Order: sequence, then structure tokens, then C-alpha cells
Amino acid sequence: MTIQEIQEEIIKEFKIFDNWMDKYNYLIKLGKDLPPIDSKHKTEDNLIKGCQVKTWFHSALKDGKVFYDIDSRSVIIRGIIALLIRVLSGQKPEDIKNADLYFIDKIGLRENFSPIRTNNLWEMVNQMESDAILYETKMNTSK
Amino acid sequence: MYETKNTHKISALNVTKIRNDFPVLNQEVYGKALIYFDNAATTQKPRVVIDIINKLYSEHNSNVHRGVHYLSEQITKMYESARKKVQDYLNARYNHEIIFTSGATDSINIVAYSFGEAYVKKNDEIIISEMEHHSNIVPWQMMCKRKGAKLKVISINNKGELLLDEYKKIINSRTKLVAIVHVSNSLGTINPVKEIVAIAHKNNIPVLIDGAQAIQHGSIDVQDIDCDFYVFSGHKIYGPTGVGVLYGKERWLQEMPPYQGGGDMIERVRFERTTYDELPFKFEAGTPNYIGVIGVGAALDYLTGIGLDNIKNYEKKLLDYGTAKLTALNELKLYGTAENKTCIFSFLLNNIHPYDVGMLLDKMSIAVRTGHHCTQPLWEHYKIEGSIRASLAFYNTLEEIDSLYEALKKIQKMFK
Repeated sequence: MTIQEIQEEIIKEFKIFDNWMDKYNYLIKLGKDLPPIDSKHKTEDNLIKGCQVKTWFHSALKDGKVFYDIDSRSVIIRGIIALLIRVLSGQKPEDIKNADLYFIDKIGLRENFSPIRTNNLWEMVNQMESDAILYETKMNTSK
Repeated sequence: MYETKNTHKISALNVTKIRNDFPVLNQEVYGKALIYFDNAATTQKPRVVIDIINKLYSEHNSNVHRGVHYLSEQITKMYESARKKVQDYLNARYNHEIIFTSGATDSINIVAYSFGEAYVKKNDEIIISEMEHHSNIVPWQMMCKRKGAKLKVISINNKGELLLDEYKKIINSRTKLVAIVHVSNSLGTINPVKEIVAIAHKNNIPVLIDGAQAIQHGSIDVQDIDCDFYVFSGHKIYGPTGVGVLYGKERWLQEMPPYQGGGDMIERVRFERTTYDELPFKFEAGTPNYIGVIGVGAALDYLTGIGLDNIKNYEKKLLDYGTAKLTALNELKLYGTAENKTCIFSFLLNNIHPYDVGMLLDKMSIAVRTGHHCTQPLWEHYKIEGSIRASLAFYNTLEEIDSLYEALKKIQKMFK
């Protein structure tokens, strides 16, 4: 599935929730179900800087696609991580770089999160994008 | 000048009436009445404080201590009358022992710098405690680094009380100053400052008390405590932000060199040599936040009008009710269970991350703080990263505590 198709799928899923409480309940469920980060990646170096809650980040390039392994102490943030991984993990670096993540606004994540809280979210998105750009450059130079 | 005293004395504190004095409280967030439980971070401002700031800028603005003209004289009088109000509030011996700063942090930095310059040498020691706010740790670390001195730390027990026996052991002939928090911002513990000062004074060592979380909960008498320095912030005592107070005993303030140079702190400036003005101006370089200072004066008037004992008694009621209510929740762990404490509830709920609890409470229109509350070393004692902190003020109600209780129960259900 393309990044856009997955985003549309998520937007559709969130449509059934008519209040924030149900959205949070769903994020909590997603957060609980997200597998923990591989313990060898749970290092001080892999902590995302500037996040209020400890959040570990790792990515790898495999067969021309980027795979993310992210974890957080907060279950709600883990729920958001699950969504980001679903949208971007396993996609080509170029597609990740060019992705417009409009689902974040559409499902109400931005309006439900204060600026300090969205900091965590955007730090993750930035990291995902910048790693994709790095992999793209790597792929282009090795061609 | 302006009448800023509260007229409704509250023998049995009339919280409904009081709440009407605080415009911020009168609003809804996410469609529900705001419950403001983040008073240790900052307190809300009564109408008298807001009005006086507006009035001063609209009708009286002029720089203090400078002009011979009408406006300047008038505002200088108001500024100096605020100093008198702070003096009375703290029961300081002299007017000039009250220095206006930008906040408690600024006040501590002034002492750390000026006291350090005057008295601290290599291998000397400064004593602080495990429960200090970062602003009563970092300035001393900086000073110790500059001077080659060492920081000594008094530990706490699991209830969140200072181990005074340990304090007596670490105090010695190399100790130059003891800097201790009066009330812990994270736990609510009220420290026995009078005893702490007496122990230090037996050894001729001065004591600084960080009163940022104490000043708003009852009367403070610096002569009775006999501390050498006492600091607090205006915004935590229902006054404006950007103003603080440094009380210092005359002797120390006389001997200590000024912290900053500039206008208003000089007697005479020559390129060869400048002589400094008298106290308190020696420590008030530049144009002070005079509007803020007068605002703090108005806040003090408001509080004394309500009656500090009334506030203390009412807050005790909130503390007892809240403690009973919250500890009735299964799997809620309260941190800070000292015998003598203010109305602060620091806790963890089940194994839910404080951030998640804070985020959900916010959506239920309850404002709390989550995280380390600028006391990271304290949480190392408990081997946790931080807590959820509900800090109450005299405008909070028992019903609001009930709402917190119900909200926490709801959150527990969501995470089951």
C-alpha cells in the first residue's frame, strides 16, 4: 500500500470515534499492542532529544526500504508511534521524504495535543524524514 | 493610594466569593469548568492585582528614583511603599533589607555570586538538601566551580523529610553557607527551618531559605526564623511574574559586593573608581520592574486582607480531605507524606506514565503538572523519573478534589 492509501485507511478508522475519549482509548490500545523496541537499540544514544518523555528511535534500510523501530515510556505516544510506523515503515526513502502526513490533522492529533506535547510527535516525524533523506543520498551515491 | 485589601474577611473562608476575585478561574476548557491544580508552578491573580497593573500603566507610569516631576515622585512612593509591605509581611527588621529582584532564582543567584565573592574560598563547603529545586542547586554548583568549593547534600527519608542528624554531621568548620528550601515544590514538605538555622548559627554559619513555595501558605517571620537570607517569587504569591524578593540581614548585604553594575545603584561614577549607593539600591541596578513590585504589594494586601491564618486553615482542610480521598484509590502511590506539609499531592497512578495521566486529566479540564518539577535529584532518591503533581491553593474546593478522584478512576479504567 502507498503512504496515501494507508493514511486514508487510518482516517476512515478514526471516523467512527465521535469524541476524544474514544480516540485516546484507541491510541492506548495501539500503544499497548506495539512491540517494544529491540533491546539492543534501547540506548542512551538512540533517545530522541527534546522529547519530554523518553523516546527511543532506530531505523534501518533493507532492500531499498526504510524500517523503523521506535519506543516510548508513554503508552499514548506509543499509540502515535504505531500509527507513524504503519504509515511510513517499509516505504521507499524517496516516498517518505515527499510524504505529506495529512492524516495527523485529519484524525485530530494536532488539535488534541498542546504545542509542548506535539513536540514529541514532530521530533519523531522529523527524525523519520531525515533518516529517509540520509538513506536516499546513500542509495544515490552507491548507484 | 489604591485600596487593595480584600474586604470579605473569611473567618470561615468563603471560597465562592474568593473564586470570583480570580477571573482566570471563571472559564471552561474543553467545555468543562477549569480545575486549576498547578499552583506550585504559578498562582492565579486576583482582580485587584490585575486592575492595579492596568491603572499604573494607564495613569501613573514613570521611572522610579529619577525624575523630580510629579509622576516619578508618585510612582517612587508606591514602589517604596511596596517595599514596606514586603518588610511587614516578612517581619524584617529594616526596610533596606528587602531587595527587589526578578524572581526567587535571581535572588539565589545574587547571593551565590555576591556571597561567594566575599566569603568563599577553595575547599570551603556549601550545604543544600536532596529536595532542592534546581534553582537552589545550580547557582551553588556554579559558585563552587568558580571558587573551588564543594557542595554537601542532606538526604531525606522516604516520607520526604530532611535527616537532621545527617545535617548535624556534615556541618563543619569548612561550611560557609546552608541553603535550604522552606517548602518542597515536589513533595510539599515543610522543613523545620528555625531548627536548621539554629544548628547553623551555633557554628556561626549563615542560612539562606528558599521560600518560593512557603510564602503563599501562611505568615513568615524572618526574625523569628532568624535566617540570614530569605527569597521568594511574586508570581507564586498571587502577584505578577518577573518580580522576586531577596531578604538579607543588613550585615551581609552591607558586606557583600553588588552583583550587577548599572544605573540607580551608584553613589558616584568616575572612570577611575565608582562608589556604590546604599542599601537596598546597591543591589537594584537598572530600572526595576516597579509596576510588578507594586503589583506584588497589592497581592500581599489582598492576602493579609483575607487573613493568612484563614488561608492556612482552609488549605489544611484541602490537604486532609485530598490525602484521604486520593489514598483511597487503589494503586495510587503518594510521594511526600511528611507530618508537616502543604497542599501538594505528588503521585504515580498504577504503572501509567505521568505524562499520559497529565494528558488525560487535561482533557478532563484538570490542570496538573507532570515530570520532574525541576527536582531531578529528589526523584533519584525514589528511583523514579518524576510524578503527577496536583498543587492546590485557597481558591480550590473539596468538590474539585472529588473531580480529580473521579477523573483518576476513569483513567485507571482506560488503562485496564
